[in-house]
Amino acid sequence: MFASLILVLLMGAIAWVGASIGLASLFGVVLPYVAVVVFIAGLVWRMVYWAKSPVPFAIPTTGGQEASLDFIKQAKIDCPSTTWGVVKRMFLEVFFFRSLFRNTLAEVRENDPVNNGPRSIYYSSKWLWCFSLLFHYCFLLVFIRHFRFFMEPVPSCITFVETIDGIMQIGAPRFFMTGGILLVAVLFLLGRRIFNQRLRYLSLANDYFPLWLILGVVVSGICLRYFDKTEISQVKIFLMGLTHFSPVSPEHLNAIFIVHLTLVCVLLMYFPFSKLVHAPGVFFSPTRNLANNTRRVRHVNPWNPPKQFFTYPEYEDAYRDAMAEAGLPLEKQPEKAAE
Amino acid sequence: MAKLPTPQMLVASRPAFPEQDWLDIKPEFAPGSFCYPAKKETMELLHMPNPHDWDPAAEDWNLPENWEKILCDAFAERLEKHRSLKLFMDICVRCGACADKCHFFLGTNDPKNMPVLRAELLRSLYRRDYTMLGKLLGKKVGARSWDKDVVKELFYYAYQCTECRRCSLFCPYGIDTAEITAIVRELMHEVGLGTHWIMDPVKNCSFTGNHLGIQPHSFVEIVEMLADDCETVTGIRPKTPFNEKGHEILFITPSGDVFADPGIYTFMGYLLLFHELDLDYTFSTYASEGGNFGSFTSFNMAKKLNAKMYAEAERLGAKWILGGECGHMWRVINQYMDTYNGPSPSHMITPKSPITGTVFKNAASTKMVHIAEFTADLIHHNKIKLDPSRNDHIVTTFHDSCNPARAMGLLDEPRYVLKHVCNNFVEMPENTIREQTFCCGAGSGLNTEEIMELRMRAGMPRGNALRYVQQKFGVNHMACVCAIDRATLPPLADYWAPGVTVSGLHELVGNALVMKGEAKRTMDLRQEDLPNVVDDEPEGEE
Repeated sequence: MFASLILVLLMGAIAWVGASIGLASLFGVVLPYVAVVVFIAGLVWRMVYWAKSPVPFAIPTTGGQEASLDFIKQAKIDCPSTTWGVVKRMFLEVFFFRSLFRNTLAEVRENDPVNNGPRSIYYSSKWLWCFSLLFHYCFLLVFIRHFRFFMEPVPSCITFVETIDGIMQIGAPRFFMTGGILLVAVLFLLGRRIFNQRLRYLSLANDYFPLWLILGVVVSGICLRYFDKTEISQVKIFLMGLTHFSPVSPEHLNAIFIVHLTLVCVLLMYFPFSKLVHAPGVFFSPTRNLANNTRRVRHVNPWNPPKQFFTYPEYEDAYRDAMAEAGLPLEKQPEKAAE
Repeated sequence: MAKLPTPQMLVASRPAFPEQDWLDIKPEFAPGSFCYPAKKETMELLHMPNPHDWDPAAEDWNLPENWEKILCDAFAERLEKHRSLKLFMDICVRCGACADKCHFFLGTNDPKNMPVLRAELLRSLYRRDYTMLGKLLGKKVGARSWDKDVVKELFYYAYQCTECRRCSLFCPYGIDTAEITAIVRELMHEVGLGTHWIMDPVKNCSFTGNHLGIQPHSFVEIVEMLADDCETVTGIRPKTPFNEKGHEILFITPSGDVFADPGIYTFMGYLLLFHELDLDYTFSTYASEGGNFGSFTSFNMAKKLNAKMYAEAERLGAKWILGGECGHMWRVINQYMDTYNGPSPSHMITPKSPITGTVFKNAASTKMVHIAEFTADLIHHNKIKLDPSRNDHIVTTFHDSCNPARAMGLLDEPRYVLKHVCNNFVEMPENTIREQTFCCGAGSGLNTEEIMELRMRAGMPRGNALRYVQQKFGVNHMACVCAIDRATLPPLADYWAPGVTVSGLHELVGNALVMKGEAKRTMDLRQEDLPNVVDDEPEGEE
């Protein structure tokens, strides 16, 4: 967990030093272009890689009552039998993390008075759901807010998001709630990996690294807005240059800005080659994106092997006499088969 | 079988998490922690790859010489065939939501029984060969190379997962450990590693038509005996049609119900119900197995064993197939059968109940209806007469079997039937039923004696929930719709909630069914005296 923290710090430091010794163009111009190309190409490659393997079987996990008899109420969202139902199920999954909402916490008691012995109890546990939802939505809003740097004039919807985000009117520049909540949510997600024994045991560097990285992005971003305030108009000119493929020199920009930009670029490049591909991946998940209608509609397996099995004639050949004796109907009577 | 610890001792003896990293720990093959290996002859007969003699407890498993290449190639092939596998290798974020959803983890506290780590066992190998960072950084990013201990570890944990899919319900991306376990088992089979308890039934089913290897004449004999028992209880001897052509319905149920107590009483329930309805149906000795241990072996083996159903329906000219109570049988039928062996024979029609006229549109392609759907429909249309008071001596709860619950969604049909045949029905706690149901602890071919303690551990969540309703509401019975459950829940109940009996749904239907011209019932189908039987008025004794 610390190795990946050090790695992130090192990346930040390199960007800082690079900016100070006159390599700001490398980190500010070359790297962002490379990162965006790697991100897009990587994601496309990843999705094509998945799509190249077929879905041989329809294996939805049914989370409720199937569609069967008229008088039995189907759970149309958790056990969809139509494409429209699947769309609703996926919508709730993607936008509201429905499966995670089910989360429980199991406690095993050795001696419980009701059971007069061991008893397992399952408590509702929504913390992970709550913070991951906050994390993802705040990240999205922060991302959307950043479009004011890339667009001129700034679309009114982005101004609106900013107004809402800063509606508490704390401080100057105004405090954006999403940034604060994002920071808290990242710290929660990190904290549970560090302090929950089970999570610590199963966590890999691959789990800490993106969290530290995002923490680095968030902290450097907050610094740029509230503390080591950067010249917003300069940043905008610089970023507009990038988006219009006529980059201007970033030499005069704040070093923390270069750190912030570099960490974002690392995140973009890391994305397609890491667990972060869960974002597009969830759409591909065969336990969620298929209808439970496999008795009504045949699902075709493109590599379905030919049928090979012990056929009835072989079976009758093996047991004919015994079957005749037991009075079972036969295709060929023993005397006929003997011929 | 070794003596089991008491439930308290068992819960208390769950070890804390180890100090070392999981990549540094090797599994220990202590007696009772593994299923006996499949016999070489069995594997040869089934044309399984690389059959050989081996002992899980031994240091050397006699793997074929080029075992690593076989496994790497087989893994690559599976990745090309299953998008699910690629995806599940790539998208797990290790959020840990699945960890305490697994009955094996709750019962053993072994970190590698957390579904996420169970998958990491394979994912770590995937990283080495299929991810850039894994190739470059190795163990630092959780990548590792194949070695013989890794093979042992994969085997060990692939047979400590019952493919119940509870974790996949809670996973925010729907990662299905059953899929991973099934594929790891396939990989193990590539190098000749399988378990006796699974491969022996597979062999039997391949060559005699059912898991138990009951030959056709014996099958008929046993069913005749059960029909005799029906007569003893009801005064009516139900008909037992076998391999007859020209009937409307082919009935297929797991062979366990023909053979083992208490499944046989469920079978008697079927016989009585079909007789009372005068159903136009036949059994088949050839397709005499609803269950499919092939589905615990490989996708192709599942296909092979399943193929008999349509072949027999075609030969006998049956219009549709009615399926008995079974868990994994219905996973195969609902999600795989039509894909494996469909389209169904052309003469078959969308199932239509000859009694109520209900058309089972939900089975329009597979042409196969679950008996709970069939019976619920009968009851809804008032087509059978029931006397639930005959089941008044039981206070029953209902165990949702994993596969009907999470791979089919058969939840309310059996409850509808149960509530009409029993007056006293109590649900277990809400996080242990319906789609959140806990496994019996011994599904997917783990219902063998040699791992009894492990089964009791894995059955702990179910056992605890049962104990809760037993203590709180006086539950003394648990109904289920799964033949493996009928074999595994009685020892589970004896251990975790002694005094609770187990039966299939249609045993209770058989008890409650009021038949035309039946004798007065004084016994249930188990030939135990019914309580509260009012003596008939004495007929003027002289």
